[in-house]
Amino acid sequence: MSDMTVIDPLTDDLISRFSPNVELDSRPGYTGIIVLTSALVDVFSYLKDQLGFDYLSSVTAFDDYPEDQFEIVYHLFKTIGGNGVELKVLTTREDPVVPSVTSLYPGADFQEREIWDMYGIHFSGHHDLRRLLMWEGFAGYPLRKDWIEPLFEEDVKPFKNRWPEGRGFHKENTNPFSDNVQYPKEFDPSGFSTETDESLYQALTADLPIENDELGTDRLVVNIGPQHPSTHGVFRMSAVLEGETVVALKPVLGYMHRNHEKIGERNTFLQNMPFTDRLDYLSSMSNNFGYATTIEKLMGVQPPERAEYLRVMMAELTRIASHTMSIGFLLNDLGAFFTPSLYALEERELILDIFESVSGSRMMCNYFRFGGVVRDISSEDLAKVKYMVEERLPRKIDDLDRYLTDNEIVRSRCEGVGVLTAEDAIGFSAAGPILRASGVPYDIRRADPYSIYDRFDFDVCYRNHGDVYDRYLVRLDEIRQSLRILKQVIDQMPSEGPVMSGKVQYQGKVPAGEAYGRVEGPRGELGFYVVSDGKLNPKRYHVRAPSMINLTGLERMCVGGKIADAVTVLGSVDIVLGEVDR
Amino acid sequence: MNGFGIVKGLFVTIGHFFSTYFADHFGPKTEKLKRGTLEAGGLFTVQYPEESVNIPEEFRVIPFLVYTLDESGQRKYRCTACGICAKVCPTQCIWITRKKDEATGKPVPESAEFYIDIDKCMNCGSCAEFCPFDAIKMDHDYRIASYTRGETHIYNKERLGKPLEYYAKIRPGNYSQEEAERAAKAQPVRTD
Repeated sequence: MSDMTVIDPLTDDLISRFSPNVELDSRPGYTGIIVLTSALVDVFSYLKDQLGFDYLSSVTAFDDYPEDQFEIVYHLFKTIGGNGVELKVLTTREDPVVPSVTSLYPGADFQEREIWDMYGIHFSGHHDLRRLLMWEGFAGYPLRKDWIEPLFEEDVKPFKNRWPEGRGFHKENTNPFSDNVQYPKEFDPSGFSTETDESLYQALTADLPIENDELGTDRLVVNIGPQHPSTHGVFRMSAVLEGETVVALKPVLGYMHRNHEKIGERNTFLQNMPFTDRLDYLSSMSNNFGYATTIEKLMGVQPPERAEYLRVMMAELTRIASHTMSIGFLLNDLGAFFTPSLYALEERELILDIFESVSGSRMMCNYFRFGGVVRDISSEDLAKVKYMVEERLPRKIDDLDRYLTDNEIVRSRCEGVGVLTAEDAIGFSAAGPILRASGVPYDIRRADPYSIYDRFDFDVCYRNHGDVYDRYLVRLDEIRQSLRILKQVIDQMPSEGPVMSGKVQYQGKVPAGEAYGRVEGPRGELGFYVVSDGKLNPKRYHVRAPSMINLTGLERMCVGGKIADAVTVLGSVDIVLGEVDR
Repeated sequence: MNGFGIVKGLFVTIGHFFSTYFADHFGPKTEKLKRGTLEAGGLFTVQYPEESVNIPEEFRVIPFLVYTLDESGQRKYRCTACGICAKVCPTQCIWITRKKDEATGKPVPESAEFYIDIDKCMNCGSCAEFCPFDAIKMDHDYRIASYTRGETHIYNKERLGKPLEYYAKIRPGNYSQEEAERAAKAQPVRTD
């Protein structure tokens, strides 16, 4: 069912080596290896040092409510490509403690903090275990199944009162305080302090050496954001400066937190599709692709030929739109006020016109279904795509190249700034252009092909310096490679045929089991971990958001540089706050 | 040579500037009508609200309920209150009550009330996609700003209703295809 089952020799090896601390997850539909907490770090060191599983893709937890059990699920891959391995650790709901793996894989940092935040699972040995998305002082752990949100209606959708009784109302109007505020039972609002940044500032200065008193300089804490034009949304960087040099920096996330995963667990499988659009709202087709691929793994359906080509076409167009926009707004951050980004937006608008015509919406496409796509592309739109791909876009990308690449100001601001070495990039689980600009040619389209990417001829773009300039160049190269894929798609696509295997059902059956599907989105590895128990709604729905995990390495990229360069580095990481904060 | 890259870049902006200027002032007048499209010459930006973009047929905002007028001028909705749209709606913004026969008290296939909370509606189009009776469709009218929220944003059946002719006008392709399917279904099945 999942591609994890083919690693049998590895499983045997692990079991024989670490027995009885390691066993196979034998539940039907489940894959992976269950490891005891006591042996976790040993198993991880063995996997990393001996077997070469150097890339920790995703860490997430799963609440087995009403059973007294949490599962922490790790997905490991090799940056040289191939299948991954899935490890699980079980812990009790009463006293959930798991050893942290951040010493081996620094990329687990934010993900473990998120699990602590959402599930209250304590990671012993984590150097900075604070809440990631919710604020300090928040009562409860939102993703636990027995946690109930304000304005709670029912456990799962569809809500029963919508039909046949029906009654139109705003839920918040039914609250006696006529506000969205509703406190949990054990929470006393009068005892709530707004001085919650203390722990953040402590964490910021904890690792720093004693101040150099000889020169009499003071360290200065500067908060950039949450309302700052360079952060592309509500994102905050808390930095410690010595003069103009950054000595410590921590991103603060969660200003736009909507608890996408909780919403996803209330929804039916299909209802999640339009919500995935809202994750990374600049590349909704990619998000649809990832989610559809994952659920198709569970359901065991295969989209028809034409639908596969349409999917690849849309995903690559999304990549072009997203990368052009990313390049444009990087220049905005550098101070080239809006001229480059408007040239970039022009092409994006034309691509969005195609999306609008095909799917009905420019940004929130909701175009994919399990086993196909919603509707076929019309011949006029196909002609438009053809014109864009073969005539217009190559010309315009060359134009952008000519305009920016050799510009001395761009080069002096970008070259050598925000360097991330290959080891760091892999360690911090960076993905997409960030990883490839650091000299790691890791692209899921090539390393672990999904859909029909194995049929196309394209290069994995990479550069070796790992600085902001190389990230820009990698994005430019990737646009050209996407155009190359698109040309092949247009040539090879069957001229007609169904775009949906079977009839799309609004409450389709998804067999019990788990699946981890991943696609190469414009920002990197977009993974979905879904657990189904055979009912209408997913039991666990987790998104491995590339933007968020790319931020793990932000401190490493910024420290030692000037504070003005932190803005450039953030621009080159290309975050989308919908995905960072979910 | 230092500074050459900037000069090269400036030629690109100058090129854009002049091509825009000449196309708008000396080019054919039709170019202005094509702003924001592939054929656009001159200024690319659409000068809303003086101009507006052409919206494609599949464009979707806020559902509406299709009705026809009967002989006495009464609205006859296609909706049968089956409730699929309310079940499939990701934000659960649809409420339906089914009408009951006044004499017998038995439910009849018609909705008594139909509400959509457009504050919640995320324009995903699932209701229109899964409606088996072609009764609920996505609108093209995106000018829906208003001064208040609350009750004014809970659209009732009256507010949601739009005539079939309107649907045929905004989505001619979909309309003719659906009508053809209906006609094919309505044809008597041969029993020989």
